[in-house]
Amino acid sequence: MIEHHLTDDLLMAYSAGTLPEAFDLAVATHLSLCDTCRAAAESYDAVGGALIADGPGAEVSDDCLEATLARIRGEAPEAAPRPIDASGVLPAPLAAYVGGSLDKVAWRPVGMGVKQAILETGEGATARLLFIPAGTAMPDHTHRGTEITIVLQGAFADEGGTFARGDVEIATDADHHMPVADISEDCICLAVTDAPLRFRGILPRLAQPFLKI
Amino acid sequence: MPDMLRNAQRVEDFEPGAPIPVELPHPPRHEPAARSVHDAGMTAAKGLPDPWTGRLHDIRENRSEAAFVAVFEHFAPRVKAFLMKSGSDAALAEEIVQDVMTTVWRKSHLFDPARASVATWIFTIARNRRIDTIRRTRRPEPEDLPWGPDHEPDATDILGLQQDSAKLVDALKTLPEKQRLLIEKAYFGDLSHREIAAETGLPLGTIKSRIRLALDRLRHAMT
Repeated sequence: MIEHHLTDDLLMAYSAGTLPEAFDLAVATHLSLCDTCRAAAESYDAVGGALIADGPGAEVSDDCLEATLARIRGEAPEAAPRPIDASGVLPAPLAAYVGGSLDKVAWRPVGMGVKQAILETGEGATARLLFIPAGTAMPDHTHRGTEITIVLQGAFADEGGTFARGDVEIATDADHHMPVADISEDCICLAVTDAPLRFRGILPRLAQPFLKI
Repeated sequence: MPDMLRNAQRVEDFEPGAPIPVELPHPPRHEPAARSVHDAGMTAAKGLPDPWTGRLHDIRENRSEAAFVAVFEHFAPRVKAFLMKSGSDAALAEEIVQDVMTTVWRKSHLFDPARASVATWIFTIARNRRIDTIRRTRRPEPEDLPWGPDHEPDATDILGLQQDSAKLVDALKTLPEKQRLLIEKAYFGDLSHREIAAETGLPLGTIKSRIRLALDRLRHAMT
């Protein structure tokens, strides 16, 4: 049961298409796991649909129709998408960025058993997968921007509560937190930030430029 | 606003293998006997307020070019206007319009009239195409819910969705001008709230609260 959801701001911006790519990835990942937010996202899409349905049109040239007709005459209907294997840790949108399932992730150690893999996304925000061994605490850090963390496996707890598979934690400038992975299972998360994290100790801060976190 | 889409289907709404109830709002008259639940839904959809669902059905089932031309003539100008408001020039907008309408043809079988109106479906295709064009990569989309062929839309859901969609269009029309403009900017202007603040000179807090007010009004209109 998912208890921590996306905000309306994020859902609307996802629907409007104004988020950086890494945030789109985070939203798509959560929507793959959460029917409640998916229904909300579809209702924001409906607002976009209503704006188009009601809006004035711009005149389209005759060539445009002709060219489109020429294209569809050669087109076979697209095959239905194959059913997704929902049993994996990585939902489909994430698997697409990793290039497969969890065993395809190119983990790099960042100390204390914690590993990360940066996913290639466009400007404006960074997406990475984090692996936190069971019972391990992440270094205490604050944020300059917004960080969205989505749990994919295991669970972690911090000042904001307990977060398990599918749960979203959204941290902003003001927060500083020290998530601790649940003891029972290694924790895997997707973390997306629109600004670098600031760790509250001298060593991690020095390491930051090298770790890209 | 999850309550707006009362008909958003959930996986757990269906028991595997259980028959799906179909309540036709009125019996189809000139249609051949429906071969499947989906056909029944789509056939019923032809008598519903939104004519575009029926046209999509014609494209899907009969590869009807006439239906496609009708959909094109209605939606292509709207999609073009949307793209131009989002910053495309006319030539690029028409190129993307071609892609969008070709996708409508190719993916007509993926359109689910119980989940979205045709306008909403085309909006999402156009939005994704716009983003793909800017980023040159595919926009991350949530995975498809595991609905099998047993989980086809039923006519009541389609009707409910269409009524909601029509209500939403009306509700947007009655929004105060300032709120409506901000919603339009948020959707069409390709601007974040922060950028809208910079462009309009309004404080970010004002923009956020106006958008929130607008959404509250829409929500209220939907209940």
